Amino acid sequence: MLQMLRNPSAPQLAVIKVAVFLLCLLPAIDLAIGWRNDALGANPIEFLSRAGGEWTLRFLLITLAVTPLRRLCGLHWLLRLRRMLGLFAFAYGVAHFMTWLWLDQFFDWAAITHDILERPFITVGFAALVLMTPLALTSNRFAIRRMGGRRWQALHRSVYAVAILGVAHFWWLVKADVLEPLVYALILAALLGVRAWWRELERRRQLAAPPPARHLKHPVIRIVPK
Amino acid sequence: MLIKRPSDIVASEITPRAVFEDRRRFLVNAGLGLAAGAAMWHGMPAPARAAAAKLGPLADSPFSTSEAQTPYKSVTSYNNYYEFGTDKEDPARNAAKLSVRPWTVSVEGLAGRPRTFDIDDLLKLAPLEERIYRLRCVEAWSMVVPWVGFPLAALLKEVEPLGSAKFVEFTTHYDPNIMTRRPILDWPYTEGLRLDEAMHPLTILAVGLYGEVMPNQNGAPVRLVVPWKYGFKSAKSIVTIRLTEKQPATAWNKAGPQEYGFYSNVNPEVDHPRWSQASERRIGNFRKQPTLMFNGYADQVASLYQGMDLRKNY
Repeated sequence: MLQMLRNPSAPQLAVIKVAVFLLCLLPAIDLAIGWRNDALGANPIEFLSRAGGEWTLRFLLITLAVTPLRRLCGLHWLLRLRRMLGLFAFAYGVAHFMTWLWLDQFFDWAAITHDILERPFITVGFAALVLMTPLALTSNRFAIRRMGGRRWQALHRSVYAVAILGVAHFWWLVKADVLEPLVYALILAALLGVRAWWRELERRRQLAAPPPARHLKHPVIRIVPK
Repeated sequence: MLIKRPSDIVASEITPRAVFEDRRRFLVNAGLGLAAGAAMWHGMPAPARAAAAKLGPLADSPFSTSEAQTPYKSVTSYNNYYEFGTDKEDPARNAAKLSVRPWTVSVEGLAGRPRTFDIDDLLKLAPLEERIYRLRCVEAWSMVVPWVGFPLAALLKEVEPLGSAKFVEFTTHYDPNIMTRRPILDWPYTEGLRLDEAMHPLTILAVGLYGEVMPNQNGAPVRLVVPWKYGFKSAKSIVTIRLTEKQPATAWNKAGPQEYGFYSNVNPEVDHPRWSQASERRIGNFRKQPTLMFNGYADQVASLYQGMDLRKNY
């Protein structure tokens, strides 16, 4: 069992993937059943909108937790789930956006454009979704090969901006009680903070590296991350 | 007049529905369990509505609207009563802890005969009327609620306001033992009206809805209802009414002066800084509908604001 958790075999990993996929679908299924049975409270459209937004944020944070978890616990296979988790974040984001576009605004394009341009919390949420789109579109092996690992990775770093914009979107929406968005903000801060800290450690390590060997004729340029 | 004491059956005592919702929410939040399980939760029937004490007999009012009334279940399960939690379902879950007897309302300040009223005396102060009003929340949703109450003017006349009284301040009940201790707003919640707004025949003190004693989550035992203003102006569970010379500070105005003005009249032309007020979703309806000036009560109240810049005095 422990061995499986550390280093699952290919078939085990396949099972894990299917299980996680189904788990990620659960909130959507639950909301769909709730909608059909009129069990989402007095204002089901608001409930759906809120739930969709929160699940988008949760999946973003889960996706961002993969790298730290992998490094802290040595569970390297978690990386194999990251693409799926990120795509679920995008899918819930699109559903959240569609809830607003269709159920809330009912395709009232004048009101929709006005809101996107004039209301900062909607601007920010919309920007997050727009930024997420190229990430979703390039979440496949073909895109990585075509773009090259470095460029692909640079593009996908914008997920940090997406998460920050997403939390800001939630924060701006609440009337007075910021407790819930604060929880998301703190988790995000921890996930980004640990990355910044590791980067700093790496910089120090490289700075402290022994001077280049004398036998090299030419000056050695050391590349140290900022 | 026969008024049953509601102490024997408090409507909010019987809310096992909340328990069921709690479990469902847990299921969603944890992201665990099976879809089949979720289906079972949703399939569970809602418990029958509690038999709350009837109020009556009730006089009809020419101010009542004939629009379709929002179902009792929605009116009593979708509430903003932040002392009992900020989710819409929280008040229905938590307000059962509120004890509404004994209860007194002190009417004080610039009055010739200031007085403290016992809630049971308050109920007999004036004939109870049914007032079916539109309720427009600042969050852009609305309801139609059949309130039971009497004009606030009837109470104010009892204490004989002095000529120097220009405003009325309402202070609501705050008990940190049963309500949130987090300083979401500056507790206790306070609201205010200009004296002429308070004396307007549309302004009522409500003691019930749907012909029954007020459920706790809706502001029992007595609350303000000012139908042409955003819902938060209609303070719940009132304990003090004070006549003042200066404009009183109000809870939401203190929390967000740019967003919530003293007047807060329903106005489709003046947006909340973060969202539009041009339209609203009537609870139970799928499509939004346009919001009306003064929530459709312009004929009765527009004259109160003649010559005022309603963009500045939002």
